[in-house]
Amino acid sequence: MKNRRAFWVVLTLLASFHAVIVCAGFFSPYSYSAQNRDFPFAPPSRIHFFDSRGDFHIRPFVYGWAASSESFNSYAADPNAVYPIHFLVSGPAYRVAGFIPSRIHLFGVAEPGRIFLMGTDGFGRDQLTRFLYGGQISLAAGLIAAACSLLLGLVVGSLAGFYGGWIDDALMRGGDIFMALPWLYLLFAVRTALPLHMAQWQVFFLLVGVIGLIGWARPARLIRGVVLSAKERNFVRAARGFGASDFYLLRRHVLPHTYSVILTQMTLLIPQYILAEVTLTFLGLGVGQPMPSWGSLLSALQHYYVLVSYWWMFLPAILMVPIFLAYSQVADALQERSRSFPL
Amino acid sequence: MRMFKIIGKIAAACLLLTPGMAFAPLPPLRAAAAKSFSGGSPGVRGGTLTIALRSEPKTLNPALASDAASQDVIYCMNADLIHINRSSQRTEPELAQSWDVSSDGRTYTLHLRRGLRFSDGQPFTADDVVFSFRVYLDPRIDSPQRELLIIGGKPISVAKLDEYTVRFGLAEPYAAAERLFDGFPILPRHLLDRVYREGKFSKAWAISDAPSAFAGLGPFRLAEYVPGQRIVLERNPYYWTRDSSGTQLPYLDRIVFLFVPSEDAQVIRFLSGETDVLSRFSSEDFAVLQRQESKEKFHVYDLGPSLEYNFLFFNLNDVSTRNLPQIAKKQAWFRDLRFRQAVSLAIDRAAIVRLVYQGRAAVLASQVTPGNKLWLDPAIAQPVRSLERARELLKSAGFSWRPDGSLEGPGQHPVEFSILTSSSNSQRMKIATLIQSDLGQLGMNVHVVSLDFGAMVDRLLNSFDYEAAIMGLADGDADPNTEMNVWLSSGEMHLWHLNESRPATPWEADLNRLMNVQLVELNYLKRKKLYGQVQAIVARELPIICLASPDVLVAARNNIGNFSPAILEPYVLWNVDRIYVR
Repeated sequence: MKNRRAFWVVLTLLASFHAVIVCAGFFSPYSYSAQNRDFPFAPPSRIHFFDSRGDFHIRPFVYGWAASSESFNSYAADPNAVYPIHFLVSGPAYRVAGFIPSRIHLFGVAEPGRIFLMGTDGFGRDQLTRFLYGGQISLAAGLIAAACSLLLGLVVGSLAGFYGGWIDDALMRGGDIFMALPWLYLLFAVRTALPLHMAQWQVFFLLVGVIGLIGWARPARLIRGVVLSAKERNFVRAARGFGASDFYLLRRHVLPHTYSVILTQMTLLIPQYILAEVTLTFLGLGVGQPMPSWGSLLSALQHYYVLVSYWWMFLPAILMVPIFLAYSQVADALQERSRSFPL
Repeated sequence: MRMFKIIGKIAAACLLLTPGMAFAPLPPLRAAAAKSFSGGSPGVRGGTLTIALRSEPKTLNPALASDAASQDVIYCMNADLIHINRSSQRTEPELAQSWDVSSDGRTYTLHLRRGLRFSDGQPFTADDVVFSFRVYLDPRIDSPQRELLIIGGKPISVAKLDEYTVRFGLAEPYAAAERLFDGFPILPRHLLDRVYREGKFSKAWAISDAPSAFAGLGPFRLAEYVPGQRIVLERNPYYWTRDSSGTQLPYLDRIVFLFVPSEDAQVIRFLSGETDVLSRFSSEDFAVLQRQESKEKFHVYDLGPSLEYNFLFFNLNDVSTRNLPQIAKKQAWFRDLRFRQAVSLAIDRAAIVRLVYQGRAAVLASQVTPGNKLWLDPAIAQPVRSLERARELLKSAGFSWRPDGSLEGPGQHPVEFSILTSSSNSQRMKIATLIQSDLGQLGMNVHVVSLDFGAMVDRLLNSFDYEAAIMGLADGDADPNTEMNVWLSSGEMHLWHLNESRPATPWEADLNRLMNVQLVELNYLKRKKLYGQVQAIVARELPIICLASPDVLVAARNNIGNFSPAILEPYVLWNVDRIYVR
């Protein structure tokens, strides 16, 4: 019972987080491509309730910045420039979930004030905005691609495991070949064949297709193993003895055994696929600038100077951890549930 | 990394040519660098210098090497006849003690030093020189330096007069021809003649060959190669140079080149004390290193703008309307000077210098960087950003704006194009992102497309399947002759319009003429004036839109003596025979 409540809490959190990502435009104060060239690598804005004289303000505010003259990216708060935070303000236009146009943002400050809750990147772009927008592409691509490769893996693995013999050999050797292919060079070739610039939705489906296609062989092997052992169980043999069809056996008795493998694979594959997007972007197959993705936010951390100089660049990575943990929690709970119901 | 290869290749092609006469003052050091530079003071023998290479050398054969890593190691193992001092940028006698130039400037007689020995103890004579140049000139070997020895369409002639005298004949007079000799290391005939005659030269001196297979006239010789890890050079006991107090050079016992594939890893290795010097790194890392300078006992040096120029250019090649119809259509805009001027006016170069290079770079008006003091024409105005003027120019060229602010071309086509960059160069990717935003303010819909370097070069040089691109070229030497292949309309780096059978525009004809005239002009001031006109045409006609030139940034531990980095390659190792460990 207790586990069950925890499951619903996690699921609600995950769902609300996805809702935030879908409505990224509303929750972020700026446009993901807006550069503030005077504020590269600005640290997160501090939200104040007390001003420099110690007076309390019911409406929180941020200070403006005076860029220091010593170095190009050191900032000091300017206590004379006070910008109260307003809610439900009008700002740059966006579309909710890509369809409904709107200009209303959850919060913002009046110009020329700036509010960067997660700091800015090297172009002075708001990290919070980029994190939320980046999630749109990365989560969708990760989820759909993981579903694709698992579905393929499930079909191939269960056919191979269930029928065995030459079908097994053919499918598994096919999988081996797939794993042995020099993907990097194939992707080079794919890139050459494609036009130089592609629309955002084309890039998205390309990402999903490439990642999903590359990844099916490993889960297929795992699923085959599970199917192989499941089909030799006595109750399966008994069912066969009663004249059950192959399809019925697979559906009713064998495949339920693979759920746990599929769920664990799913939770492993999604973060992995989000990182795969970094590689694809490097090869020119990913989303291009200025569109953010979690992969591109993470790739900024590859640089030593970012690691040692700008701690807020870690924030997107840190925020991703609970999301991936939530995924694995949900997967665990689902596994638990499937176990508590007799097969 | 592969980016460096092409840059390396160009550099190899360029190393040889340069300004002959005048004194090239070192660029002034900035604050960070203003600490004591030890000059050529006498040092102490012994010690090991460890430095990181970005990749493994592909070969140790001087006639085949085109990548920067190979060239750095080869530089330490070999010597040339006449050498360019990277600090003064003047020529110095090296293996040739002196040389005479005939009055028509077409015959060079070189007098070789006597009694020199290769690193295996065999004597050095004129036969080695003749053999070396036969190899470099052999079209079957196709050395990357070969085309530099083709002057006036004819290969230079090499003749042995006696054991220690060699005569070089040029078909045409050639400005600063003695600078050509830098970059042609002398090969040992006794080791390589047989493989050369058997036609196996292209396999000779592979990096995995045994150290005994090599011999050179440089300060160091090969001691050990561990694949994937390091290459170790040891002192050449037969090296001929001595310091002012009579001590035989080099001072160092050994040089260890570690293979460290990324700049970030190189910085970490340097900080952990595993390497002693750090050659060329980004300005972001400069800031990181500078913060730890006093604590960690090293110095970082900002040598000022390099010779590398980064630029944006449009595809003006003859592309077929059948294969690449989209690009052919857009070329109508790209060919319009007013369009290119508007793009140039809209680019915020100051932001590039500040955001991409943290201020450690220079804004460029033409291809000649402020680091190249000898050849820079200061009369060329610095580009000033002006969106209003850009809009006026576009309007006069028939462009108009839709109600939503987007720009459309004369045929009501929306102005949309992509800028190609190499994904291995994060600076150029940042430049592209800034330009994308700048041009967005003019209503242009610009996409940034990053490809790996090989794929990008293939599009730029072979398929022409691109619209615009950002590239950088780095010269190995400051002389305009290194730029011949860029500005001649037949040049192989005439990037914006390759394979021109004849100049496509009057100003390209002017470029051809000016470059060819300066090539045979022997007077520096006249050459400088001619090259100034080339810069003026580039700044006016914008075949390439020059953006910025990053500073050369290097670092060394405080116990490294005679560390005297230069803005010419190899930046920190050019005086490797005099570097010592305190």
